[in-house]
Amino acid sequence: MIKTIPLDYYLWLAATLFTIGVLGVLYRRNAIIIFMCIELMLNAVNLLLVAFSTYLNDASGQVFVFFIMAVAAAEVAVGLAILVMMYRNTKSVDINILNRLKW
Amino acid sequence: MNALFVITGLGIFSLLAEFGNLKKWLTGFVVAGLAAAVVLAALDWNTAVPYFSHMLVFDNLALAFTALISILTIIWFWLSADYFTTGTHRTDRTSLIVFAVVGAVIMASFNNMAMLFLGIEILSMSLYVLAGSRKDSLSSTEAAFKYFLMGSFATGFLLFGIALVYGATGSFHLHTIAATLTANPSGLPSFFYAGVLMMLIGLAFKISAVPFHFWAPDVYSGSPTTITAFMSTVVKVAAIAAFVRLFSTCFLVVEPTWSKVLQVIAVLTLVIPNVTAVYQNNVKRMLAYSSVGHVGYILLAFIASPSETGTIFYYLTTYSVSSLAAFSVLHLVEGNSEEVTISYFNGLFKRNAWLAVTITIAMLSLAGIPPLAGFFGKYMVFAQAIRNGYTGMVIVAVITSLIGVYYYFKVIIAMYFNESTTPPVIELRASHKTLLFVLIALTFALGLFPDMIMSLFQA
Repeated sequence: MIKTIPLDYYLWLAATLFTIGVLGVLYRRNAIIIFMCIELMLNAVNLLLVAFSTYLNDASGQVFVFFIMAVAAAEVAVGLAILVMMYRNTKSVDINILNRLKW
Repeated sequence: MNALFVITGLGIFSLLAEFGNLKKWLTGFVVAGLAAAVVLAALDWNTAVPYFSHMLVFDNLALAFTALISILTIIWFWLSADYFTTGTHRTDRTSLIVFAVVGAVIMASFNNMAMLFLGIEILSMSLYVLAGSRKDSLSSTEAAFKYFLMGSFATGFLLFGIALVYGATGSFHLHTIAATLTANPSGLPSFFYAGVLMMLIGLAFKISAVPFHFWAPDVYSGSPTTITAFMSTVVKVAAIAAFVRLFSTCFLVVEPTWSKVLQVIAVLTLVIPNVTAVYQNNVKRMLAYSSVGHVGYILLAFIASPSETGTIFYYLTTYSVSSLAAFSVLHLVEGNSEEVTISYFNGLFKRNAWLAVTITIAMLSLAGIPPLAGFFGKYMVFAQAIRNGYTGMVIVAVITSLIGVYYYFKVIIAMYFNESTTPPVIELRASHKTLLFVLIALTFALGLFPDMIMSLFQA
């Protein structure tokens, strides 16, 4: 089923999603949206791994996807905890407030 | 491998120590366990056994890094005893540190991309929390958030690179990938090279090489000083171990694709942080830039000869010992203040000679003045680079280390020649005096007997 679409299409789709994620991290100012963009980057990787795994007839790529999903969930838990701490200290989730440390 | 089991067990034990009356003994128990891990790593020497269907391989390089990481953590526990006694959540903090060490050991011994990814994440996730462990401080929060953001951003790049390399070679195992590349050097799809470069970018974030270093000074200066000491020694050693392991085993065959990029990164890493450090007035931030600058020398040694890991290991050992000495003094001087400027060190020699002498030796060693450890580290790096024909880069490196001498001496001059303005005499406990003495002794010993380390790597 997956193989009815050429591999190149998956590559381009994953690369596009990844780029959207990167640009979101770089340009958005709301911390929660930045988290979502990081998730988008990781999910682009998952998509790519599954596509490669199917085309190579090798299951290890799909196992790797499970690792990524588990770690991403843990990472978001830590990230949201830090975000709550930041909100308690500053009453905002706008990252422009975080400018105490520079140069 | 037994070392890894022991350290993981210690982490779980630290979590369980919350129950019962075990908290009092926790730090002593963890230090004893880490010492046992060093012994176990030494017992496995020259075996190179693969574990878990070749997911991890404990060859000599991995064992040496395991031992170094454990020893550095033991010294770190010594200097940061008050980080655990003051403040709450003692068991949680201890277990986070121990799990970070587990991640570091995995990063030194991985043989599969999955283990590289898991090692990095185990290490980083503990550190995101530890960087923000001073919860009421805004700069600690900011450090944690920036570290988290940049860390997961870098992981995204690393993973995309891993996925592309997997697509081109069909495997996550380092040796299978290397074999595929050797067998078929010209028939690789173009996205393979993109994958290698993205992995390079991801790891450059982790080792904080310029231009991917901008998070490092912020995170280092915002975190509690003891955690900064941990990051700039143990974490840096682990990141460089992972970098060296990946590029010297797996991607050595395709060296032309990454060596030019890495040369540019190395030169930038030598010049920019060393120049920026001159303008710093905050000592912690200056040490952060200096620690970024030291990555440049390590990269220079790596570019010159990727397979000679002895020089890199020796440089890392000398750098970590001197850096721990500098951070211990900083930690003892700063007291409760959040920002330590150079004027804090005014007249330190009269206020406490122990501290002044230790940080002088640490700074001289970091600057590379003979006969201290840092000098021989730099000397071996330069010798290796010249042997392999990288004279131009060595000239740049010599100039930047001269700039380094300038900013390290700013602190030394403040201690001996400026009049004291801030609080008078600092009292030291006996354990801290012993710690400073041990660190001074190690700095001299590593400088006078470099063969102690180097002979480990002569086959």
